[in-house]
This record gives sequence, structure tokens and C-alpha cells, in this order.
Amino acid sequence: MLQTAASATDPSSASRVIDISGLTLTFQTGDGPVNALSGVDLKIGRGEFVSFIGPSGCGKTTLLRAVADLETPTSGTIRVNGMSPQEARQKRAYGYVFQAPALYPWRTVASNIALPLEIMGIDKATRAARVARGLELVNLAGFGNKFPWQLSGGMQQRASIARALSFDPDLLLMDEPFGALDEIVRDMLNQQLLQLWEKTGKTALFVTHSIPEAVFLSTRIVVMSPRPGRIHDVIDCNFPRDRTLDIRETPEFLEVANRVRQGLREGHSYDV
Amino acid sequence: MKSVLPLTTVLAALFVFWYLAAAWMNAPLQRDLFANSGRTNYSASDLVAASWNMERPKLPAPHQIATELYKLIVATPATSKRSLVFHAGITLEETLIGFLIGAALGVALAVAVVSVRWLERSLMPWIVASQTVPIIALAPMIVVILNQFDIGGMTPKAVIAAYLSFFPITVGMVKGLRSPDPLQLDLMRTYSATSAQTMRKLRAPASLPFFFASMKIGAAAALVGAVVAEVTKSEDGGLGARLLAGSYYGQTVQIWAALFAAAALSGALVALIGIIARLTLRRMAFPQ
Repeated sequence: MLQTAASATDPSSASRVIDISGLTLTFQTGDGPVNALSGVDLKIGRGEFVSFIGPSGCGKTTLLRAVADLETPTSGTIRVNGMSPQEARQKRAYGYVFQAPALYPWRTVASNIALPLEIMGIDKATRAARVARGLELVNLAGFGNKFPWQLSGGMQQRASIARALSFDPDLLLMDEPFGALDEIVRDMLNQQLLQLWEKTGKTALFVTHSIPEAVFLSTRIVVMSPRPGRIHDVIDCNFPRDRTLDIRETPEFLEVANRVRQGLREGHSYDV
Repeated sequence: MKSVLPLTTVLAALFVFWYLAAAWMNAPLQRDLFANSGRTNYSASDLVAASWNMERPKLPAPHQIATELYKLIVATPATSKRSLVFHAGITLEETLIGFLIGAALGVALAVAVVSVRWLERSLMPWIVASQTVPIIALAPMIVVILNQFDIGGMTPKAVIAAYLSFFPITVGMVKGLRSPDPLQLDLMRTYSATSAQTMRKLRAPASLPFFFASMKIGAAAALVGAVVAEVTKSEDGGLGARLLAGSYYGQTVQIWAALFAAAALSGALVALIGIIARLTLRRMAFPQ
């Protein structure tokens, strides 16, 4: 991995959580190389909520995984809090929420939320307190002793968010966390996630397929296009922090949504 | 209750088939016996009835085996060298010791193969090769070699039992320890968990259903190993020794009785593991 010393001395990098430049990631497959990401540049400041939207194969999940050090870039640099993704991962700088809840079925909800704390060697009393707080945060108080299969899909995904937040990382990486849920549950969770973000002031990177979801949640929307995966457009989207689902009917909201839709269409146009 | 009818039907069909086969296989022998004793005026039903009650039939009838089992298990004191309980005890002890060694070895090998990538390619072929040698050929060698080091008695038999039982446990546990899906593994990586932590908190619990399944196969295999070892080295007794003694003297009823005792013993072991598995997995909320 290429790393430049420059970004570490860059004074503005202090408030910068994510600094990606010239990122290219190629997978070697049986059918030849696949350009998952090509020439991606992106800077994300503290406290931002950035959504990544685009069709399948545009590399949005790969980008998130590269930030999390779950994939290794072919070239270019990623800095997370001024560190390499590997250092950031080793310092447990981020919490990751996957597409599926990935709760361990033999653990209760509480003990699933405590899993990262156990691994980080945090003592039992602190663990119990953090778990209780986490359950409260995602409105699952009283469900700690249930096993995952006793919970609905939405509750499971909330538990997985509580798990990602349990060790209080400043950075939250979410890969289509609500993709498998129905519209109504999704709306509710979007609202809860927004409140959570407002309350905790964390930086969030959020991959989604849904335009309304992206516009509703984000301070910035990154529109991506496929083959090779790259950034097509970055759209500012600063609705008041105390917004409710009602804003989705406002002209301002629809205007931003239209711009996103436009961007998605342009990114797609050459292969239609 | 639904399962009772099919079960009894199959059992009844089996008995009918068995009695028919016994009559068909034993009748020629019985005809010779009648001829030798000068008896000529017997009916077909006489012949069939007699063929089901021969002293040394080719295939004993079920009731003969049941009588023999009753005689050797209930009517003979357990301390007697003729008692099947006495011999089953010897076999059980060898089986359990061998099974414990085999299970420990099997699990240890699986953990090693899953933890250290290059061990898979360097160790697995030998593990597989070890099972391609027929145990009946290998058993005497193990006895001879261990004897060279003054290791006798029960140990060589336990070693042979272990030799057969470790393999299914290794194979099952490698699969079990690899059963977590990529997401569950990625999760551990995001916490930068050590491989020991991943083993303890993810791979090991995820492998439990596989663990119990391979334990069942391993226990049955250990019993086969113990019996084969007893046939090889029969002076200390055991069900295998009874099989061998029976075949020396053409005592087919005795052979079948020993065979049934071995099957029952193996079945009981597997059932016991099944009960432990159910209780444990239910406690851990695994879907049954």
C-alpha cells in the first residue's frame, strides 16, 4: 500500500476523519481483473454523515471495506484519523455494521453486544453497563436476554448497531444495514439512526441503494457509478438536524433527490 | 405415536425375512442331520421347525440369539468368563479410553489444521492416508510394535480404537471450525481479534453441532477398533474375543450373540452422545 507522509503533516487533516486519494482497487478473479474502484478521492470531516449510493457493482461496499481494512487497495492512500486503515482497525477506531446482522446465534442479544468489549478485555461490570446503555440507545431495553432468532429482522439489525457502538468508536461504517428490511421498519430505523447520530456526534459512512434514505440521513451524498467503480458526483445535503420524515414531501428534499437520481442515471447512461 | 406403525412394520418384515432365510439356509444341513440319524418320515414343517433350532446353524433364528443373549447376560453372573456383560465391560473400557484419546487427537488436529494454513496441505494427506490402510492389517502391527516397548494389556487395543476414531472427528471438526460465514469472521477482524480469540469466541462455539455429530461417528468407530483389536489379541477377552472363539468352534449362535451385544453397546454410546448433544445445543439455543 502506498502511503504519503504529507497528509500527516497537513494541518487540516486534524479535523479530517477520512482522507482518500487516488484509490484504486482491482480484484483478480478467474475471469480476469475486475476494477472495483478507480481513482477515488474523498475527504470526510468529523461529524459528517456521508451516504454512498449507486447501482450494484459500483464499488460502494468495496470502498467501505477498504476503509475498514477488510480489503487492501491496489494503489492510492486511505487515512483514517491520520492512520493507515490497518492501524485504525488495530486501534478499534470504527464500528462496522454489515448488510446482515451477523449476530452469533448461540449468544443472547446482550452477550452479542458485549462481544467486542470481551475481545477488547473490558471488565465485566463495565461491560454490563455499556450493554445496558447500548440496548437503551437502540430501543431494545428488556430484550437483552433474548436470543437473536427470537427477534424480528429490524430488532436484530438494531442489536448489531448497538454492538458496533458498544465500544464507543468515533467512526461508524454501515453497509446497507437496512437493505433487507421492509419500507415501514426502514423509515422507523432511519429516524432512530438520525437521532442517534445527532445525539452521539459520530462520523458515519453509510452505503445504501435507496435515494430517499440517502437524502434523509446525509450531510453529503456520494453518487457512484460502475465499471470501473468511481465517484460520479458529491451532493451536499444539509437539512436541519432535527428533521423528521415529513421533510421528504418538501420541494427542497425532492430537488436533492432528483439531483441524486440524475447522477445515478448519468453514471449508468453508457450501458443502457 | 405416528412413528410406531412404520417402525413395527419394518421390524416385522425383517423378522419374516430372517426366519425365511434361516429356514432356507439351514434346511439342507438339517436334512443331512435327519438322514444321518436315520429319520426319514418328517414333514416339511418338521424340517423348518428343526432348522430354526439347530445347535450350529448357518444362520441362527432370532429367538435362538435372544435365548443365547438371555443366557449369557442375565442367567450367567457378570463375573463369569462366559458372561457377555463381563466381555462387554472389557470392550467398553477399551472403547472409551480409545475414544477419549481419539477425540482429543482429532480435535487437536482440526484446530491445528484450521489455525495454521500450511498444515492443511502438509498434514491432511497423511491423515487421509492413515485411514486407507485396512485396520485389520494394521492392528497386529500395532500390537507387535507396542509389545516391543513392553506396552501390553489394554493399551494397544485403546490405541487401535483411537486410530479409527480420530479421523471422523478431525474431518468433522475441520468443517465445523470453518463453518462461520464470512460476515461473522469479518466482524472479528473489525475488532482486530487475535486468532485465538476468534477460535474461542467464534469458531469453537460454531463448530459444536459438527462436534457432536463427529463424536457419534468417532464413538462407533472406536468400538469397531476395539473389537478388531480383540480379535487380533484375544487372550484378554472382550466381545471381539468371543467372536473369534465362536468362529473357532463353529458356534454361530455365540457369534451372533456377541455381534448383537457389540451393536447394542455401540448404539447405546451413540444415543448417549445424542442426548448430551441435544441438551447442550438446546441450552446454547442452536436450532435443532
